Amino acid sequence: MNHKVELRNHPEELRKFRIRLAVSSGFVILFFSILYVRFYYLQVTQQDHYHTLAEANRISILPLVPNRGLIFDRHGKTLAQNYSAYTLEVIPSKVPNLDATLDELATLIEITPTDRQRFKKLLRESKRFKSLPIRSRLTDLEIASFAVNRYRFPGIEIKARVFRQYPEKERVSHVVGYISRINDQDLEQLESSGELNNYRGSQHIGKIGIEQSYERQLHGIAGFEEVETDAAGRSIRVLSRTPPTPGNNLILTLDLGLQEAAEKAFGEFRGALVALDPNNGEILAFVSKPGYDNNLFIGGIDQENWNLLNHSIDRPLNNRALRGVYPPGSTFKPFMALAALELGKRTPEYTMSDPGFFSLPGVDRRYRDWKPGGHGRVNLHRSLVVSCDTYYYSLANDLGIDNIHNFIGQFGLGKKTGIDIEGEVSGLLPSAAWKMKQYKQKWYAGDTISVAIGQGYNLTTPLQLAFATMIIANNGKAYLPHLVKQVQNSKTGNTEEVPAKLLYQVNMKPSHLEIVKNALVDVTRPGGTAAKAGINAGYSFAGKTGTSQVIGIKQGERYNEKSINERHRDHAMFIAYAPADDPKIALAVLVENSGTGGSTAAPIARKVFDYYLLGQHPEPTIAQLSEPADEHQHDHL
Amino acid sequence: MIDIRKIWYYLTRYIDGLLLAGILALMLVGLIVLYSATGANINKVSHQMVNMVIALVIMWLVANIPLQQIKRLALPMYVLGFALLIAVALFGEISNGARRWLDIWVTKIQPSELMKIAIPLMMAWYFDKHEITLRLRDYLGAVIVLMLPVALILKQPDLGTAILIAASGFYVLFLAGLSWRIIAGLIVTAAASFPLMWSFMHDYQRQRIMTLLDPSQDPLGSGYHTIQSSIAIGSGGLIGKGWQNGTQTQLDFLPEQSTDFIFAVFSEEFGLIGNTLLLLLYLGVIGRCMVITANASTQFTRLIAGSITLTFFTYIFVNMGMVSGILPVVGVPLPLISYGGTSMVTMLLGFGILMSIQTHPKLIKT
Repeated sequence: MNHKVELRNHPEELRKFRIRLAVSSGFVILFFSILYVRFYYLQVTQQDHYHTLAEANRISILPLVPNRGLIFDRHGKTLAQNYSAYTLEVIPSKVPNLDATLDELATLIEITPTDRQRFKKLLRESKRFKSLPIRSRLTDLEIASFAVNRYRFPGIEIKARVFRQYPEKERVSHVVGYISRINDQDLEQLESSGELNNYRGSQHIGKIGIEQSYERQLHGIAGFEEVETDAAGRSIRVLSRTPPTPGNNLILTLDLGLQEAAEKAFGEFRGALVALDPNNGEILAFVSKPGYDNNLFIGGIDQENWNLLNHSIDRPLNNRALRGVYPPGSTFKPFMALAALELGKRTPEYTMSDPGFFSLPGVDRRYRDWKPGGHGRVNLHRSLVVSCDTYYYSLANDLGIDNIHNFIGQFGLGKKTGIDIEGEVSGLLPSAAWKMKQYKQKWYAGDTISVAIGQGYNLTTPLQLAFATMIIANNGKAYLPHLVKQVQNSKTGNTEEVPAKLLYQVNMKPSHLEIVKNALVDVTRPGGTAAKAGINAGYSFAGKTGTSQVIGIKQGERYNEKSINERHRDHAMFIAYAPADDPKIALAVLVENSGTGGSTAAPIARKVFDYYLLGQHPEPTIAQLSEPADEHQHDHL
Repeated sequence: MIDIRKIWYYLTRYIDGLLLAGILALMLVGLIVLYSATGANINKVSHQMVNMVIALVIMWLVANIPLQQIKRLALPMYVLGFALLIAVALFGEISNGARRWLDIWVTKIQPSELMKIAIPLMMAWYFDKHEITLRLRDYLGAVIVLMLPVALILKQPDLGTAILIAASGFYVLFLAGLSWRIIAGLIVTAAASFPLMWSFMHDYQRQRIMTLLDPSQDPLGSGYHTIQSSIAIGSGGLIGKGWQNGTQTQLDFLPEQSTDFIFAVFSEEFGLIGNTLLLLLYLGVIGRCMVITANASTQFTRLIAGSITLTFFTYIFVNMGMVSGILPVVGVPLPLISYGGTSMVTMLLGFGILMSIQTHPKLIKT
């Protein structure tokens, strides 16, 4: 056999085989080279790319949401706080049959129709992969019963979340405002302002009031954790941690006790009151009645409550102090009087006879005084004390609209004051140029007459009136009205005072001011239109009543047929400051559909003064402010 | 003293030292990488060591058998293997959607593994028998001998094994002197028949080919393997992340990291420098095998040695190619390094045959 093998070993065959083997070796080298080129490409040329991918695989960045700053009144009473609670959250995209699952869930955990409605609303507004709360403040029992049944509910989880709470609800809702879930519009805004990264992980954002306008202060700076995760998404270890910086606490200028006193003084009436410290522009009280429970908005308001608030004839969502525009009525007169003196159109001694009406020369039409038959002989002092209309009709005609506009404009009427919450409206202080622009009509002398007594085109907000009153009270200093007194670093407890800002000085002769101010004091004394409110006050105070006509005003209320008469009653107004010789508080009150200023508005001002000047409001308890925000939160666990 | 020398003599008599050194070096690399890939799982590493020892013993046994003896086994082995493949097709056990295993009373066997050795033996025997004539008719017979079992394995389906077995048979044909014209014709036919093959392919096989063309098409499905292994290799860079420091490996982003994708682990942790050394080591082993092949004295031994050598190379190329994303993912282990006993035994059985060829007395042409 071996022999046979040998015979077959032809040289030709061997040569052929060796060529084939050499060719094979060539192929081996070629294919190894291909591999090598591939390795070189992956590991050298593309190394950075794949390194980045490997790191992205390995490291996930988790945002750490900062605790939102708290809000206090000037004496340290809490207006907005945080608490932690467990919520039941649903990721809609992970739940196959949402309705059936929720029905099943409801057998374990109480889910009210309201909860469901609110959830449905959220569902419509949110992306499918976002975690949406369906119930908050779960009890221990509920947490336990869900935990046992968790396997039945994929896509549903219990999460510990920090919540906002407004303990004072209606009382300060128009000041504090509220936070609510971040929506698409908010996201767009955050993106365009470059703040989106800071809100990764945040669920809420300030929507209105202090919560909105001080969002940057309150939100804080998000931290993040770099976490190494494995392929299954489990966290292996924390690589680095940048802790979040909690938002700053805000101490408002608001005096909660005063706010409460003012709110109570309104009784059942609707209206607004703004009280300022004439020495710095701090807003001491800012009432718009009725208010609303701002807690309803935090988790997204349900349809039922929304309808209730939005369609209520009382319009509780309307911030009357900030956005309500009303003809100032006779509260306009002190400013007219100052204009008369400053512009030399009247002397204090000038006296006219009031027959009960005024007519423009050569025109038949009579402009009536509110008092039939008139006030008899009236000088400037008396014109304010008894609120004589005829005196101002004649004065206005002598001043002309543009003088009125320019002089009274200095008191901020018809202009935004620049208060530190958003949404303020400007109202209107008319001028000839304005009318031409708005209506393409020239200004008639008759138009000026009604402006003189704060009617006609005049529209002011209660905030503007309070601002103007402050300028009289402090002899011309236009301080920026503001709601935030101090900003407190919630970590260190250090506070930074928000300084008073003097916008400008209205230059008036002291003697002129004194004449007007003396008259305003006499308004609250026997013989004055607010004499009743002034009885037995332990201090002297100055004020001016006003009545603002409802019919014809441009505030587009949709009146209910049944209440049309009541809702067309005049609004009562009162501007005042006290004590008259050294003002500590200046305010404007508006009481809707309540009649004359002297009878309803002035007594409210009196009660507010009594509380502020004589009352036993609690002493500051600033000590509790220095507590860090985290600690606060844990108190409520 | 004299006893030990005698034992050493009998132990090493039919062993090729150079080849063994290369094999042992690769095994050592395999154990080091496996330790890292399994997350320092000493049980798995020792189990692999047991596999290696068994495989080495089998290699030694085979090396001690003269090729004439082995040659006699060629036809029976082929017939047995073929019969078993038919049995698999009829009664085989299905796991992971494929019918690959046959339950015989004691254990489960995968007959396609047996074919990996039986095919080159059978083909070499066939050509040895028809050596002088070698007409086209003989080649056709050889192709049928090859394609019948390949078709059965494709049917299981096991694309990786089918490719390797077809390749080992083709190498015999090629080395036996199949004319270049026919080879060119085969290539053209293969290219032309691709659409037909496509229609016979299983969905997952088609998916793998599609995925190769664009892994990002299905990043969490069939593209996941390729994407993650490319990231592992690429992020290893020039010098690698260091032993046991590969994040893709240690954090389990890399799939099948101790078996088919173990090369990505090696690459991530030892970088291009490690890859270079590993390729050189493989090239060394292949080179030694080529030398043995070139020195083989008969057509039968030449063909069998050449086929084993080139199949070994094919394993390496297909595995590294799929792990680095230039070939579709087919289940081919990296020889001597991937975890698993079966392929280790098959591989060393082949090396045993090579050693037998090298060390048994050759018939020198007079």
